[in-house]
Amino acid sequence: MDLTLSESELAFQAEVRSWLAANVPAEPLPSMDTEAGWALHQEWEAKLAAERLSVVSWPREVGGREASLIEWVIFEEEYYRAGAPGRVSQNGIFLLAPIIFDHGTPEQQARFLPSMATGEKIWAQAWSEPEAGSDLASIRSTAVRDDERGGWILNGQKTWSSRATYAHWGFGLFRSDPDSAKHAGLTYYLFPLDAEGITVRAIAQLDGEAGFAEIFFDDVFVPDADVLGAPGDGWRVAMSTAGNERGLSLRSPGRFCAAADRLVELWKLNGADAPQSRDAVVDAWIGAQAYRLFTWGTVTRLADGGEMGAAGSVNKVFWSELDIALHETGLDLLGADAELLETPWMDGYVFSLSGPIYAGTNEIQRNIIAERILGLPREPKGAAK
Amino acid sequence: MKFELTEEQTGFAEAITDLMRSADSVAVARSWAGGDTAPGVKLWGRLADLGLTALVAPEEDGGLGGTLVDLVVAFEVLGHELAVGPWIESAALSPQTSGEMVTAAAAPLAPYAADAQVARLLSGTAGAQHASIDSTRTLTEVTGGEAFGAEALDRAVLAAAAQLVGAGERVLADSVTYVKQRKQFGREIGSYQAIKHQLADVRIALDFARPLVFGAALGEVPVSAAKVYAADAAYLAARTGLQVHGAIGYTAEFDLSLWLNRIRALVTAWGTPAYHRGRVLEAITDQKQAG
Ligand SMILES: Cc1cc2nc3c(=O)[nH]c(=O)nc-3n(C[C@H](O)[C@H](O)[C@H](O)COP(=O)(O)OP(=O)(O)OC[C@H]3O[C@@H](n4cnc5c(N)ncnc54)[C@H](O)[C@@H]3O)c2cc1C
Repeated sequence: MDLTLSESELAFQAEVRSWLAANVPAEPLPSMDTEAGWALHQEWEAKLAAERLSVVSWPREVGGREASLIEWVIFEEEYYRAGAPGRVSQNGIFLLAPIIFDHGTPEQQARFLPSMATGEKIWAQAWSEPEAGSDLASIRSTAVRDDERGGWILNGQKTWSSRATYAHWGFGLFRSDPDSAKHAGLTYYLFPLDAEGITVRAIAQLDGEAGFAEIFFDDVFVPDADVLGAPGDGWRVAMSTAGNERGLSLRSPGRFCAAADRLVELWKLNGADAPQSRDAVVDAWIGAQAYRLFTWGTVTRLADGGEMGAAGSVNKVFWSELDIALHETGLDLLGADAELLETPWMDGYVFSLSGPIYAGTNEIQRNIIAERILGLPREPKGAAK
Repeated sequence: MKFELTEEQTGFAEAITDLMRSADSVAVARSWAGGDTAPGVKLWGRLADLGLTALVAPEEDGGLGGTLVDLVVAFEVLGHELAVGPWIESAALSPQTSGEMVTAAAAPLAPYAADAQVARLLSGTAGAQHASIDSTRTLTEVTGGEAFGAEALDRAVLAAAAQLVGAGERVLADSVTYVKQRKQFGREIGSYQAIKHQLADVRIALDFARPLVFGAALGEVPVSAAKVYAADAAYLAARTGLQVHGAIGYTAEFDLSLWLNRIRALVTAWGTPAYHRGRVLEAITDQKQAG
């Protein structure tokens, strides 16, 4: 058992560190959920991409540098330690791209991946519907076959779609077989958000910014070329990313270690005035370390050919609660100034509050842990799900 | 970078587990608690023959020259299988190449010497004896006595943390087995979310405590961080384990009680959570805290 990095990993780390030190904007970018901030975030993505640092683990042909899983985690650690901007392209690169790699045609890979890597095209995930949240398989938005035009006609409504306000393309599940129940008969579609028949309506979040949106579909045509995976196989295709979202890809330890380090600095400044926060500071710091070490264990397992599986749910509950604890403690240490909207602590706090809700609520994750990891009996039929 | 156990380490853990199960370590613990230490001393000897007390003693002193990771592996099993006797003292604090059972007090972390009724007191004079909530631990006051070095103390804290993780895992496993069998209102209680979610939280807490304990063994984090998290996780396992068992869990005759009380004792032995939180704060802020 060891945590030492190889020569080449250390070299990669040094390269990334020095590039970030020279290039991370001195002032944090404005929020990506504003028009001005959106453009600047896209510019930042392009800058990363020019260095092949936007998607380090991808093949070279589509903008990556074929980094190993370990190198990917190293990159993420450096990224957040350097205080670099949040990733406006994250839904695409973390949630959609793995599916395009696994299930997409070569034509789809060539058409969609490069512009995703450069940040030129930003993607939004259109899964949730007003009547289908935790019970995602009950979605009602429909896809009807149009043989004449060689494609499908989409109708219905999606909601809570992060970044859809400004995004260019969406990916989502639709019921393509009207007689199917639940998981069967769903198909996975890709569609430009400016397609005829699509209306996007921004929804303001807790902090007033339009971080997500509703998407309305009124006879929207999607050609066969933009169906991802086999028609009717959408659920299986989609679920192969749900694990990613809950697990490694979206929440690398670097984020939490960086926040914990900032918290310790804040304690050094303000701790004398808030001695009651001592334990919370220590626990948040330990939590971030636990998360880092846990991640190295996961990386070792995955590198040995293991799968994330239900362990992603253990991960998700932990990071989402840790994130809130880190930021709540930061706010406590700021005292009356915590209320000020412009502090990075309040920004981070508001964002952290959504952690236990999105990517599958923590209640759903606990069900998964109990049933698939501990092997407890499923809820009797009709009780839930 | 390979943050997982080697085959030898997993094999070593299995060997200890097998030996303890074949010796019925729970029955051994019960006799120990009842004052008959003979079966415990015998089991001690067999574990010492596996090299447990000599594990981290340097090879030039006749030890096995094992790493702190090996120590964690061993103590996790000792916690899981409810070993009795002063293992922390004889294998971590002051490793004994001879396999001898020794004990010591190391104030303020461990103000009493455990099991001085059977073990040789390393230094100081034994005074009054006290019972512990853990009926398998007898606590003896010690006056005088030498201080231990920081490294020795850190090893003891690490061993306690590993033992807590092992004990917590055992309580979780037994609780899962129980809630799959026990039926109320016509179905297994383990099918109720109120039960499931509590046990899921225990799974999460233990899953994040273990890497910290191994990380501390590798020098990545202070051992105090490991002790804080291991104690919290094991204690959550104990509280939850008791709750999901209902009244049977509250029964001394039921074996679960042995682990519940062991965990409660180890939460404060070898440094209370408050003490270790203070040490972590010192380490991460590079400053001595008042109080
Ligand atoms: C910031 C943010 C960003 C998001 N981004 C996206 C996005 O980009 N794309 C997208 O498609 N969706 C997105 N979502 C939606 C998200 O996936 C859903 O909010 C989530 O799946 C929960 O669904 P719901 O909000 O309808 O809550 P509900 O499912 O109605 O749940 C309400 C409460 O009931 C509980 N509950 C429900 N079922 C059970 C059960 N069986 N057992 C126990 N408790 C249960 C839940 O845990 C929760 O506490 C986002 C949400 C947020 C907050």
